[in-house]
Amino acid sequence: MSGTAYTDSEMMVAVAARRLQGARTVFVGVGLPNIACNLARYTVAPDLELIYESGVYGARPERLPLSIGDPTLVSGAISVVSMADLFGLYLQRGLVEIALLGGAQIDKYGNLNSTVIGSYAKPKTRLPGSGGALEIATHAERIFMIMRLKRRAFVDKLDFRTSPGHLSGGSSRARSGLPGSGPEIVITDKAILNFANAEKEMQLSALYPGRAIQDVQAEVGWPLRLAETIEEVAAPTAEELRLIREVVDPHGMYR
Amino acid sequence: MNKEKKANKIMTMRQAVAAHVSDGCSLAIEGFTGSISFAAGHEIMRQKRRDLTLIRMTPDLIYDQMIAAGTARKLICSYIGNPGVGSLYAIRRAVEKALPGPLEIEEYSHYGLVGRYAAGASRMPFFPLRSYLGTDMLEANPLIKLIDDPYGSGKVALVPPLNPDVAILHAQRSDRHGNTQLWGLLGMQKEVAFAAQKVIIVVEEIIEESVVRADPNRTLIPGLIVDAVVHEPYGAHPSYVQGYYDRDTDFYLAWDKLSQEHGAVMAWLDEWVYGLENHAAYVRKLGQEHFDRLKPEPLRAPSVDYGRYR
Repeated sequence: MSGTAYTDSEMMVAVAARRLQGARTVFVGVGLPNIACNLARYTVAPDLELIYESGVYGARPERLPLSIGDPTLVSGAISVVSMADLFGLYLQRGLVEIALLGGAQIDKYGNLNSTVIGSYAKPKTRLPGSGGALEIATHAERIFMIMRLKRRAFVDKLDFRTSPGHLSGGSSRARSGLPGSGPEIVITDKAILNFANAEKEMQLSALYPGRAIQDVQAEVGWPLRLAETIEEVAAPTAEELRLIREVVDPHGMYR
Repeated sequence: MNKEKKANKIMTMRQAVAAHVSDGCSLAIEGFTGSISFAAGHEIMRQKRRDLTLIRMTPDLIYDQMIAAGTARKLICSYIGNPGVGSLYAIRRAVEKALPGPLEIEEYSHYGLVGRYAAGASRMPFFPLRSYLGTDMLEANPLIKLIDDPYGSGKVALVPPLNPDVAILHAQRSDRHGNTQLWGLLGMQKEVAFAAQKVIIVVEEIIEESVVRADPNRTLIPGLIVDAVVHEPYGAHPSYVQGYYDRDTDFYLAWDKLSQEHGAVMAWLDEWVYGLENHAAYVRKLGQEHFDRLKPEPLRAPSVDYGRYR
């Protein structure tokens, strides 16, 4: 790879990391979120503390963790606690500012399915299930989704609602008693979508360089709403790419 | 009962499984990503246990193997994946195609299942948590209830206690009475140990009681609730033990390929489980060099001063 060329994954990581500017705590999952959060520590959020559902607060991994239970998360962390304490005292207590989440399916209100494709009783595909996702989606102050655009993932109707987003839109989330403010943006491989309208319906808000509205609509299973102004997102900088390739993900595991 | 304070509880894995794990029992082999007693799972397969209710937050490869081997009729869990890698194909075959037999699933989110252990540990009728609002989990699992907070804060979810017949926990070290010290991810080990009717502790090292007493904050599980202690070095392989060995990630990646076909899983079990007498034979077959490669550089914690008060 040379010059300014970059992959879709690198763009997603750069976008997610920029959005962590100024954040104090972030709840991290494996894969792209993990790279994004670690990148942010070197760029826009040097004071960012990484929280992992395995029970780690303030991780400083010396290698890219291969799972959220990787032993590198423990060594050098600020605190390692039981999962009862992590979920009760950190997450439910309200200490998680931002969380990054993904799933197999997302609907227009940012609800997620990570449980089954097909019916629950007789699934066509059995997916992992909630893990901590349901709790994260419930309690984190702000939620960033990170998912590649695909028609089979951006669906009009979920097969199963594992994690709550804006439920049926409008004020339905707040009325239901859910504490967090719900999904704020969806970082995809072509564009950023947000929920910044009264209906809390997913809308196209910014395009990546060289992408068009129809490229995004083609991968979304409902007529996608457009924000009043659609911005263009800057490509990853040379410094962001250097950090991703040399420091955060030197083995290119998620490129 | 073998819970007298001073009993020597050390036995072999074969003896511990024969004594405490019976057909049809509910069994939790716990530990989040690390300290998973594969040695116990393999011995349970060798002893051909059947109709087990297997309980683990993250079934991991050990339950993928045990379910392929036909030991289980039910799985209680909160995340069915090969951590950091992908799917657990044997469990998927059981759920999607009833291969090698049907498998009932009872599922929670992580906090829900942790809460079940916590309620079980303190012998409470339920554990309250602010989860499950606005999700289909309430329909999928009728054991999860929503109630109105009697103090007026709105809806609260409840999960019932979970008291496994047997818990098997791997740790760094314990004394011969089962006073167990562990560090690294603490997961749910303490809660499941106090919740279970019987507890089998599996350790890398047996230490003297005086070593336990020198650092009491590190003792998560007292011998008071432990029934058996098994000394099984590398007994958590291919998962890891903090400070002792790393996860064998190559194995987790290889399992992702191998496990996509039931026949290949059975052939693996023939070679690495049924074809071996015990875990020591498994360690010998892999060879010491294999484990030397998984050993981390040391990173020791400085000790603290507890003070002597007399």
